[in-house]
Amino acid sequence: MLAQQIVNGLMLGAIYMLMAVAFTLAIGVLNFLNFSLPGLFMLGGMVAYGFIKLGWPTVFAFSAALAAAALVSLLVERFAYRPMQGGDPEVPLVSSLGFLVLLENLMLIYFGSDQQAFPALVPDLNFRFGGLVIGIAQLGSLVLSVLLVLWLSWFLNSTATGRCIRTVAENRDTAVLMGVDTGRLVPMLFIASALLAAVAGLLFAVNYQQVSPFMGEGVGFKGVAAMIVGGMGSIWGAVLGGLLIGLAEVLSISFIGADVVNITVYGLLLLILIVRPQGLIGRPATREKL
Amino acid sequence: MSGYLTGVLVVLAFNVMAAYAVYLPLAAGQLNLGIAGFMAIGAYASAFLTNEYQWSMWAAIPVGSALAGLTGLLIGIPVLRTHGIYLAMATFALGQVISAVFLNLEVVGGAAGYPVTDYVGPYGVFAAAIGVVLLMLYLSRTRFALYLTAVKSDATVADLMGISVRGIQVAAFALGAAVAGFGGAFYAHHYNFVEAQHFNVLLSVFTVLYVLFGGTQTVWGPLVGAAFFTLAPELLRASDQWRYALFAIFIIVFMAMRPQGLVTTSLLRFTRRRTATESEEAA
Repeated sequence: MLAQQIVNGLMLGAIYMLMAVAFTLAIGVLNFLNFSLPGLFMLGGMVAYGFIKLGWPTVFAFSAALAAAALVSLLVERFAYRPMQGGDPEVPLVSSLGFLVLLENLMLIYFGSDQQAFPALVPDLNFRFGGLVIGIAQLGSLVLSVLLVLWLSWFLNSTATGRCIRTVAENRDTAVLMGVDTGRLVPMLFIASALLAAVAGLLFAVNYQQVSPFMGEGVGFKGVAAMIVGGMGSIWGAVLGGLLIGLAEVLSISFIGADVVNITVYGLLLLILIVRPQGLIGRPATREKL
Repeated sequence: MSGYLTGVLVVLAFNVMAAYAVYLPLAAGQLNLGIAGFMAIGAYASAFLTNEYQWSMWAAIPVGSALAGLTGLLIGIPVLRTHGIYLAMATFALGQVISAVFLNLEVVGGAAGYPVTDYVGPYGVFAAAIGVVLLMLYLSRTRFALYLTAVKSDATVADLMGISVRGIQVAAFALGAAVAGFGGAFYAHHYNFVEAQHFNVLLSVFTVLYVLFGGTQTVWGPLVGAAFFTLAPELLRASDQWRYALFAIFIIVFMAMRPQGLVTTSLLRFTRRRTATESEEAA
């Protein structure tokens, strides 16, 4: 029973992990708490649902969902992030929230506010190890999430573009002086975090077989919590935080009750912030963020 | 006054109180994303005291507000060790935890909600909101407001000038929490029902939205922001299902063009100068 719940928690944690990595890219490099990411998560699930309902093949529907998220993220960069440079740091937060409200309401107008049943795309196969039951869709998403994060970590550490990104994260002005083309790099980062969020949304839809215009809020906010618990700006921190939050959620649902989820998850966040604000494996902030 | 208009104005009054609760700490550079939690404390405390101990509403509301302020003070001291985005996230988590605690407290009805017996009419709510605005206008003319601006603009310099930065920050945070509790208590007694689900993240986040939209440079910003956010969707009611989408587009475009908010110091100075010259011409 406990082992099974731990497995379920890790599966849910994989989705939080992707959201946390998406947030951490935006915060760690751009110093921007991007509240449109929960909207892009939802867009991933809903657009794929819409195209599948129109009869598109799954692969095309998924690609369309990813493309839509990337496109909207470029709009967020253009209208919420770029005009705010040099102003009060809270302001981009407001406009990115505007995008969240906009996306939710556009989907609401088109699909209605009900939960929609997402078709079961993966055969309902289960692996059994001893007494453990692991769904193939769940396992697939965990593996995919881990691979994505591994690739991203390699990319940031070992490629020229990755080095540019880390330079911008360290100090933007110096990066510009060193010849880093931020005008090209920043939109790329927005696309990358949007794709991570949209993939998380797709995996959520495939795993739980339901989508709704407001599915991004709960998952998105827990992604933020995961990012901070692990350590803001650190990819492996986001991984650790995501898995921990997923575990905390599933374990408290099964052993205490569904209503206490927010107490355990956000209580954990609050405790970490008071005891160790830099997160479990983050380095202390060397400069003021936000 | 028609019932519809009264209803809208009551919502406006609650939004104005919440906006000032966010504005106070924000004027000292602290983003409080958990204001709904403090509203819940005020609402539940006041409702509980009137329901279970037959307190008079007029005694219970200030006590509810004070309890929210006290919680802000006690929690503010450890939480305000964090800065910037960490503080914002800590208050965010705090708001979530508080409303989740009320969701699980069976003495106040848990998830089913909590009916409140004592009723306060719309004029009582208007009076409360006007009282909060007057208090804020008074505060804006004291040295306290100056300290807040100093701490926000440059904490190091403020410290060197002999201002207790921590003291000012905790005071602004706790005072904001008390204002939130005050508004929450009136909410409970006006609608005669409180449920923990009402005091969620989105309530906190949208209140921050009003304040940043109105502008944090002057004391008028939150008022203008709350008024705009309450009334504009009502005016757009004609295009019913599109209204929130249109509204969101408007926010995005507006913030891109005027990131400092609607009401700024220079705007106020401009209008003041113009009325001054007009009165000179009249004389």
